[in-house]
Amino acid sequence: MILETTQQALQALFAGSVPADGAEAATPRGNGVITRNYKIHGYHLDAQVATDQLLAAVTILDHAGFFIESITGVDWIKENQMEVIYDFSRYDFDTCRVVIRTRVPRDQPLVPTISTIYAGANWHERETHDFFGIKFTGHPHLVPLLLPEDADFHPLLKDFKA
Amino acid sequence: MSAPIQLRPDETFILNVGPQHPATHGVLRVKMQMDGEYIVKSETVLGYIHRMHEKMGENRTYAQYLPNLSRLDYLGALGYTHGHVLAIERAAGIEVPERAEYIRAITVELNRVASHLFWFGAFVMDLGGFSPLMYAIQDREHILDMLEAVTGARLTYCYYRFGGLYNDVDDDFTEAAKRFIPRMRKSLKKYDALVTGNIIFQKRLEGIAPVSAEMCRKYGATGPVARGSGINFDVRKNEPYSVYPEFDFDIPVYHECDSMARYKVRMDEMEQSLRIIEQGLEKLPGGPIMAEKKPKNIKLPVGDFYQAVETARGSFGIRIVSDGDKNAYRLKLRSPTYSNMHLFDEACEGMLIMDALAFMGTLDLVIPEMDR
Repeated sequence: MILETTQQALQALFAGSVPADGAEAATPRGNGVITRNYKIHGYHLDAQVATDQLLAAVTILDHAGFFIESITGVDWIKENQMEVIYDFSRYDFDTCRVVIRTRVPRDQPLVPTISTIYAGANWHERETHDFFGIKFTGHPHLVPLLLPEDADFHPLLKDFKA
Repeated sequence: MSAPIQLRPDETFILNVGPQHPATHGVLRVKMQMDGEYIVKSETVLGYIHRMHEKMGENRTYAQYLPNLSRLDYLGALGYTHGHVLAIERAAGIEVPERAEYIRAITVELNRVASHLFWFGAFVMDLGGFSPLMYAIQDREHILDMLEAVTGARLTYCYYRFGGLYNDVDDDFTEAAKRFIPRMRKSLKKYDALVTGNIIFQKRLEGIAPVSAEMCRKYGATGPVARGSGINFDVRKNEPYSVYPEFDFDIPVYHECDSMARYKVRMDEMEQSLRIIEQGLEKLPGGPIMAEKKPKNIKLPVGDFYQAVETARGSFGIRIVSDGDKNAYRLKLRSPTYSNMHLFDEACEGMLIMDALAFMGTLDLVIPEMDR
């Protein structure tokens, strides 16, 4: 049930563009919502949004009662892009895992913070900033969390040399 | 001679709890702004034992990464290694023999009881009662001996393999596990009589440190913390994996939202784990413990895979982004105490420091798991 309503609500963000239905497309891909095979991938909905649609997408999930599972990044160095992945899940038995992703250029990694919607995003975003150098605009306290307080390196970048 | 220090009535001071402090059970630092005994504001500082396990996940092959998982949570390591092998098996499409899955479930649940036992002892010791720790460690020792006999390790297990197990359990193990269940049930009664009814214990926990269900949702709290706030969420039931659907067990949920509720959830969970172990031993099928068709060098198909499991501390998630190579392109570990601890800063505002430390105990922190 919640799967269909969430899919429709997220789909509304992409008025006009119809993504390939259920396509197990490899990344990179265009923005849009895809349903994934849960048995293989471990989640149901996979939405790639533009950075300015991020807050709208997360607000939809917040109103639908999802809890935040984690936030992380991926460095796609060949495409000169970085990806931020947001995981959401539910406490009830209407199991539905939603993945929101957004891509930013590697030389200007700016993503709006969602810690205003989910307070728990605070640490996850700080950690992602530690590891990838992705800046979350509007974050209240974007200082190193897991790395030393004077760290100026980002170890999960693919061109990082120790 | 200097003049005596004059404090204004509204003067606050900064108190550093940790990074070396017995109540934090590891190297965790909490910077607290205090107004007398009351916490005005608190800021948790992490990272003292951060080892960058996620980078190691990119540098090593999937099989080489197996031992890393048990270095996260040294009290309930099997749950984490279980999540890892399940993620790889899901992505690579490896079928695991039934006997192997049953043994996995039995050992994970034994490990969960061991983890909760140690938490119980340490938590009561935080509150000033020393003897329960000794009883709990004695019971836990039986589990560690059993697991040592089959896995070869006492804490940092590397027992599961992609497609099965490292070795089969023998009769000694099943006999010992069968003997352990009634013994543990007796102990649980003893703990209940010794601790739960204690008036000092109750006064320290009841109505203290309320964590609402909404706060859990905003921070992504899972495990006993969420279940103590009336949320009926357990990955074993909500997203059944392994052979858990075959077992008849309940998820204890308490609606009081206080420290006592979180304590009771864990105490009840031990009994539920014993039920799973009991049924598992009864149903344990014969057959192989390793999948027949299994590639020697595992390479995952291109894609993004996620697997969640219920560990002793809550929902542990592992995300593998694969580019088709023998290493992961990106490997993310979602640790439950990380999210559970995150709500501490907000929840402890205005609390007495002694209550806040008791509250911290009910979060069941394992710092290496948080810092990764």
